[in-house]
Amino acid sequence: MIQFEKFQLDNGLKVLVHQDTSTPMAVVNVLYNVGAKDEDPAKTGFAHLFEHLMFGGSVNIPVYDEPLQRAGGENNAYTTNDLTNYYCQIPAENIETAFWLESDRMLSLAFSKKSLEVQRKVVCEEFKEHYINKPYGDAWHKMRSLAYTQHPYRWMTIGASLAHVEDATMEDVKDFFFQFYRPNNAILVVTGNVETEQVKKLAEKWFGPIEAGKAYVRNLPKEPLQEKTRSMDVRADVPLDMLMMTWHMGGRFDEGYHATDLITEVLGGGTSARLYEQLIKVKQIFSSIDCYHFGTVDPGLLVIEGKLVKGISMAVAEKAVLEEIEKIKNEILDAKEVQKVINKTESVICFEDMSIMNRAHSLAYYELLGDADLMNKELGMYQRVTPTMIQHTAQQIFQENNRNTLYYYSKS
Amino acid sequence: MALDRIVAPVIKDAIDFNIQLKPYQKFSLDNGVEVYAYEGGSQEVLLVDMVFYAGNSFEQKNWVAAATNFLLKNGTASKTSFEITDAFEFYGAHLNRTCTNETATVTLHGLSKHFQEVIPIMGEIISEASFPEKEIAILKQNQIQRLLLNLKKGDFIANRLIDEYLFGFDHPYGKYSVEKDYTAINREDLVAFYEQYYLNGKCVIFIAGKFPSTMESLLNKHIGQLPLNKKEIKEQAHPIISATEKKYSIINDAASVQGSIRLARHFPNRHHPDFPAAQVLNNIFGGFFGSRLMSNIREDKGYTYGIHSYLQNYKHAGAWMVSTDAGKDVCKATIEEVYKEMKKLREEPVGEDELKLVKNYMLGALLGDLDGPFQIISRWKTYLLNDLTEDYFYNTIKVVRSVRPEELQALANTYLKEEDFYELVVY
Repeated sequence: MIQFEKFQLDNGLKVLVHQDTSTPMAVVNVLYNVGAKDEDPAKTGFAHLFEHLMFGGSVNIPVYDEPLQRAGGENNAYTTNDLTNYYCQIPAENIETAFWLESDRMLSLAFSKKSLEVQRKVVCEEFKEHYINKPYGDAWHKMRSLAYTQHPYRWMTIGASLAHVEDATMEDVKDFFFQFYRPNNAILVVTGNVETEQVKKLAEKWFGPIEAGKAYVRNLPKEPLQEKTRSMDVRADVPLDMLMMTWHMGGRFDEGYHATDLITEVLGGGTSARLYEQLIKVKQIFSSIDCYHFGTVDPGLLVIEGKLVKGISMAVAEKAVLEEIEKIKNEILDAKEVQKVINKTESVICFEDMSIMNRAHSLAYYELLGDADLMNKELGMYQRVTPTMIQHTAQQIFQENNRNTLYYYSKS
Repeated sequence: MALDRIVAPVIKDAIDFNIQLKPYQKFSLDNGVEVYAYEGGSQEVLLVDMVFYAGNSFEQKNWVAAATNFLLKNGTASKTSFEITDAFEFYGAHLNRTCTNETATVTLHGLSKHFQEVIPIMGEIISEASFPEKEIAILKQNQIQRLLLNLKKGDFIANRLIDEYLFGFDHPYGKYSVEKDYTAINREDLVAFYEQYYLNGKCVIFIAGKFPSTMESLLNKHIGQLPLNKKEIKEQAHPIISATEKKYSIINDAASVQGSIRLARHFPNRHHPDFPAAQVLNNIFGGFFGSRLMSNIREDKGYTYGIHSYLQNYKHAGAWMVSTDAGKDVCKATIEEVYKEMKKLREEPVGEDELKLVKNYMLGALLGDLDGPFQIISRWKTYLLNDLTEDYFYNTIKVVRSVRPEELQALANTYLKEEDFYELVVY
């Protein structure tokens, strides 16, 4: 049970505090309610490029990192399709430094030309390192645009193409900032060796004077129901054939969400999961195989991807996966297998909640979903999943017309 | 009064923090296996690390140590590989194996309340591992495929080659496996290695988290009765034979858009008196986000997504390494800039302000690194396995606090000399 207190400033900034006096440290986490899905389709990769620019100096502080490091702190950030999250860990005695830094960059960035020029290059190198100069690096670009026709999950956070990042202008940067990086579009979470009263004072002092922005009303195109199975062939200079399949699944608020999560555990969680045991060990069709899902706020994808054992044909591999799919649709799980995946989930939650950093991330994320206390209800939601719910959800998701398949062939 | 956003809030310097390494509890099992324990944390979880002196420096044939370690849980006298994993996973526990140069580890992460259900299986795999032929064949097949995939990656090739140049292919720190090593392994190799280095091997245990009240007696019952620590395990000395040629440029993939750059020189292990101050110098050079390499090559020039330098601190020998992936057209310029930064450190003393920042950063980060039971036991494990005591911890802090610019400049003149570095780019 993670205890926390919550209040809101007049400018709309939500603030959550979780106290843990066993640590000398504190975490200051600012989540902005903007992700790659909020981008203009002609200017993708922007939310992530922006994350880089947030370290390029703010209106009153030329360099973000230096004062933080001087105070013994460390920081980082990440961008997903749904959100952007900034966090620093710092000795609790120096926590005001984090408030000073984070509030100044919420007030306004410095919008330095040099920073934009350099970070465009850095992101292009990141793009190359992860998506071009890596075997199968383009697979997800292809799969996303195959599976989504309308919803902005059809591009990756790094952007749909290098050109979008290269073409970003200072005007774009400013517009994006003043649209999304406002206190009423953010959640501040402070965890660690802190008092709520102290956080209240600091939040009022540093974030209170920042003006609210226009409320952001999210109005994203919905992905229409897929009516026909889709597939794509790729041939590339990779050593092994790869098979990647996805199915549309419900979003974070879908009633089948927890059952879907457990389906991916049954099929792909660890080496006692069905796909590993049947397809790697017993049948030796794949040399590696994974099953997971996006976990996104809007309807996401359930994924099965694996590399084929040399000499096995794509058709054989596909058939073998589909046989496992049929099994989970047609045969009800025994209670022990369900208990196993619930126990595993309990364990994962306990381990996740060990650090004040993860607790801060989770509180911010669940508050974004609507209520931070959902964090404490999560395990209960899993424990309520029954074998029948799993079967029912599997039958809903694993329909042939709901499937997207990438046949990724080795040229050699 | 308007809020002053220009002047930074007052801070307490991390160099003034009183940083303590909390002590472990130690006890011995009936068979003499030593257990180092640290109890604490907010969650009802624990970790058990069984460390065996069974790393790849003990093997006669390449890959035997790693394969033995990996297959420990793939079958016992009475259970199949699936049954073993399923038994751990049913209780939400996870078993990891890692094989390094000197030691090989079996690590359990799990819920404290299920410790009594999973610790017997941990004992069983140590005492009854059966190495089924089928499991060996599957591992070999998948390992060869994984290698084929990795050989497409420039950074993988670069990591292997730079170690080989430094230590020589016949040294545990420099060797790596090729396809024929995988095919050459047979069951007898694994069983023999297992019997010598696990079944009758030398073991030390680290445990941390929330303990059930029966923790000690359960460990004694399931691990304390095994025939461990009866025989002396002798570490062999391996001569270092470094490459004579210093500069390499390799084309692994003609279509590559980046080069994997590695620059490295030999460096002593943690027992050398220069080690703590070198950590400070390394941080200034390329050891954190605010380092000179990062500021110059990423934040000023945008040549790379990231560049890092670090002290590769193996038990008996080490290296000082610079590592980055940079755009193909700027690899040469990147290397030149690295050498320029070395030269600057040799010729100009580090400014007081920069030095103070790095000291505060290092000690603040250290405070954060010691936060939590797993982090504390992990640090003790590193020290104990490297024959270090808590003096090392407190001495390092003392040096970080007190080291002067001229001492760092002298160190740079000893260690950061262009001509001492191996230089490799893999495209």
